[in-house]
Amino acid sequence: MTIPIVSGGPDHLEELRQDPIALMRRVRDECGDVGEFRIGGRRVVQLTGAEANEFFFRAPDEDLDQAEAYPFMTPIFGEGVVFDATPEQRREALHNQALKGSFLKGHAETIADEVARMVAGWDDEGEIDLLEWFAELTIYTSSACLIGRRFRERLDRRFAELYHDLERGTDPIAYVDPYAPIESFRRRDEARAALVRLVQEIMDGRDPHPPRDDRDLLDVLLSIREPDGAPKFTADQVTGMFISMMFAGHHTSSGTAAWTLIELLRNTDVLLDVTKELDDLYADGRDVSFQALRAIPRLEAAVKEALRLHPPLILVLRVAQRELHVQGHTIEPGTMVGCSLAISNRIPEDFPEPDAFLPGRYQAPREEDLLNRWTWVPFGAGRHRCVGANFAMIQLKAIFSVLLRDWEFELAQPPGTYRNDHSTMVVQLARPCVVRYRRRRR
Amino acid sequence: MRITVDLDLCQGHGMCELEAPDVFEVPNRSTVRILDPEPGEEHRDEVAAAVRYCPAQALRMEE
Repeated sequence: MTIPIVSGGPDHLEELRQDPIALMRRVRDECGDVGEFRIGGRRVVQLTGAEANEFFFRAPDEDLDQAEAYPFMTPIFGEGVVFDATPEQRREALHNQALKGSFLKGHAETIADEVARMVAGWDDEGEIDLLEWFAELTIYTSSACLIGRRFRERLDRRFAELYHDLERGTDPIAYVDPYAPIESFRRRDEARAALVRLVQEIMDGRDPHPPRDDRDLLDVLLSIREPDGAPKFTADQVTGMFISMMFAGHHTSSGTAAWTLIELLRNTDVLLDVTKELDDLYADGRDVSFQALRAIPRLEAAVKEALRLHPPLILVLRVAQRELHVQGHTIEPGTMVGCSLAISNRIPEDFPEPDAFLPGRYQAPREEDLLNRWTWVPFGAGRHRCVGANFAMIQLKAIFSVLLRDWEFELAQPPGTYRNDHSTMVVQLARPCVVRYRRRRR
Repeated sequence: MRITVDLDLCQGHGMCELEAPDVFEVPNRSTVRILDPEPGEEHRDEVAAAVRYCPAQALRMEE
């Protein structure tokens, strides 16, 4: 059976750059679970719905490979990092030590400290830009947890701004030419060069023989030498590794924290509920690092619902390595295959009132996230499900434990004006996105 | 309680072994080996944590 092509062609690259959600929704409306659109002349088969998604998420790398699917990442990570590596190398690298369970308690403590440091600069009341504030916070948390606290101490807002320029440099025009002469790509390349200089400075200042018990990942990388004694990794390579380690957890956690706060402020009954839950839990003065590792059911449900409605990745992509068959359709080798997380998360048959913020859908016996394991997919699913999902949830619980304990928030603009900017493959909150804070009186 | 694994999904991250070392073993570069598919009640909490924290959601616990 030929795969139906969505209307609005012959090519959909411009539409993908303008309004990808509308494009992907139309694919499902017109074509069903399996439909096609084209970007820069390349065919993209879009999958949605439980059956097609299960096929996608179960496929081994030998069938559906990530390597060529994300050409916009190579100029950001650098040659030879992540999507430039073989599937075996990627599998190896994904067994990230820092995400192991035994480290999570320390991470929860680190995150709570970082939030406290950020709010220490606040007056009794004021305004914050959600994009800027959470992006800076999550630069500190992800660098401190994944690389080490000594490295994090060398970072400030400048690092966050450069990192933001990298994330902005993901225009889907990269599917035609990742080095196209456009402004956002020029800024991307300048930002990467500036980050390499910054990391070089930090490397130059490092003690070549750090004490054994206080080594971070940078010390470890610096200690690896070629047989002739020369350092194995250059600042460029180290920067690429650090950028890539932080990438998956940065804009994703930052956006989810912002959207959780926005949805709580749009739905004040849920906000009251969550605030009471936190007040009760922390009434005995227990540590955030203790509680963030444990269940905070109402807050978790609010985070899950923010994730369902505003998944940080709206489309995940692979390239077919051989002829594949799904629901009676044939996918030719070399075709791009994408699973639309944003559309799957709002299938009305699986999620009644799909556009409404209803954290109650995660309570027993509904448990719509567990019930719909192939369509409740903000973290993806299957083989390549987000390895940082637990870390992310702990991070969000720690952030909101601190924020909602000491502060009250309110929207500083009409509720409907908060929205995402979808003009780049890395989705970010569109500006303005301001909220007001005020110290809580007890 | 009975434990099942979907080996299509397991990527050998080893989170389950950290949670319940008596029940799961994950050798280097390999998928999980279930040492005891029907562990006693004393393991219930740690097995539940292993199921919950599996990054690939490859584990199931049945009554």
